[in-house]
Amino acid sequence: MRYGDRTAVSGLSFSAEAGAVTALLGPNGAGKTTTVETLEGYRRPDDGSVRVLGLDPVADRAAVVARMGVMLQRGGVYPAMNARQVLRLFAAYYRHPADPEELIGRVGLTEVARTPWRRLSGGEQQRLGLALALIGRPEVVLLDEPTAGVDPAGRIAIRQVVAGLRAEGTCVLLTTHDMDEAERLADQVVIISAGRLVGQGSPAELMRSDSGRVIRFGAPPALDLSELTATMAAAVREERPGEYVVDTEASPAAVARLTAWLAERDLPLSDLRAGRQSLEDVFLQLTGEDPG
Amino acid sequence: MTPSWTARVWAQTRAEVGMTLRQGEQLLVAIGIPLVLLVFFSEVHVLPVGAHPVEFLAPGILALAVMSTAMVSLGIGTGFERGYGVLKRLGSTPLGRPALLAAKTAGVVAVEAIQLAVLVPVSLGLGWRPSGAVAAGAGAWVLGTVGFAGIGMLMAGTLRPLANLALANGIYIVLLLLGGMVVPLGRLPGGLRTVARALPAAGLSDALTHGLGSGHVPAHDWLVLAVWAVAAPVAAALTFRWE
Repeated sequence: MRYGDRTAVSGLSFSAEAGAVTALLGPNGAGKTTTVETLEGYRRPDDGSVRVLGLDPVADRAAVVARMGVMLQRGGVYPAMNARQVLRLFAAYYRHPADPEELIGRVGLTEVARTPWRRLSGGEQQRLGLALALIGRPEVVLLDEPTAGVDPAGRIAIRQVVAGLRAEGTCVLLTTHDMDEAERLADQVVIISAGRLVGQGSPAELMRSDSGRVIRFGAPPALDLSELTATMAAAVREERPGEYVVDTEASPAAVARLTAWLAERDLPLSDLRAGRQSLEDVFLQLTGEDPG
Repeated sequence: MTPSWTARVWAQTRAEVGMTLRQGEQLLVAIGIPLVLLVFFSEVHVLPVGAHPVEFLAPGILALAVMSTAMVSLGIGTGFERGYGVLKRLGSTPLGRPALLAAKTAGVVAVEAIQLAVLVPVSLGLGWRPSGAVAAGAGAWVLGTVGFAGIGMLMAGTLRPLANLALANGIYIVLLLLGGMVVPLGRLPGGLRTVARALPAAGLSDALTHGLGSGHVPAHDWLVLAVWAVAAPVAAALTFRWE
């Protein structure tokens, strides 16, 4: 996928399964929206192929849109219409639509069902966008940054809806730069950076991969690393102030030595992960940048 | 896979008309301003158009009504829908572009019918006595609607929403003054009159005046209306950007 001389997304290959949530994770500008809009048929790939339900989203657009639910990153709703009106209107486009009232309840907009879109909060607008993506009972749901700008209660509502879709056998693809969200929601994470695939797998696989050999811990900054290195008989690095990595097999014995050393010096322990890194650690290793 | 084409168009048409009728500024442009101009200048004899100004005003105000709905309301509304990403979002529903265009067309016709239902009885009440050929008037009405809708959509599909809003309102004022609607074309200076007669506003008001008066519409009016009715929609279709 190219814009002029700039190639936005290239060499990206993945598939998203029915009954599963796939998260497209990457920093801003990584090409997440470009990828999703190519799947939605808004953009035609310069090279390679894209299939949704086995169909070409550009050539077979009419067939695809009837079975696909889309949530754009922002807007997309008549500003003067309220949730009930716009859901009823969109319901008329589909043969077997969901019940607008049921959807309003499912995304938690009952209290504001009669409020025009332009007077809804950002989070309420996002939840209406999600409801609109589901009005046609789609088999495939594409959500671009569904929880961006949503308050914590709204996030929980959106996560519950997504979990419900998975349970019903829907194929869900969402983009996010929120690591926590990908970790909580996704069955499969596709990590992209600068338009390229840099990692792929379930959150558990990604967090386990290549990391059985380290212990990570948090403690006050500027510990005496030479002394600790001697105790652990392994290299210790301070990756960021107060965040340490010990290059050793994450065995109970090694963890015991580490905690004993800290205890003798009466040092607090703020974090301890043995043989398992957070998705954020994986992300930082793979992309070399902060997600946000 | 999807409901019948007509069912989708019907649902969308109801939504389009509902939004127009619920918006105060749309009603002002569609009904309020034409009504005020019609009544005021019919009763206050300041226009240089003889003892029965309504005979001149009524067809001109009907032309103004067409311009306000087909160009101003449609164009500004569509421009904002484009700016808000509504058109883009509709692109990933089974509604389809032909159905959307059909609904917008039907919406314009429905609002024009409401305008007629208000403006014609008021004109008759003010003493307007139309004669001539209804068919000629209807033909001019259709061509004028298509031409003005093309101009509105040309701006809506190419300009940013606020620029579109400003330009549509600006053109509305200019065409109101140069369109033979409240100021007789004969009162305009020669050069300006020549320009005005090539514009769709004067073409429509003149065609309606003759069509509903003598019954004979000058060939020049038909030509102007036909050229705009073809050129403007074609230009709009070629340049329209959905995002």
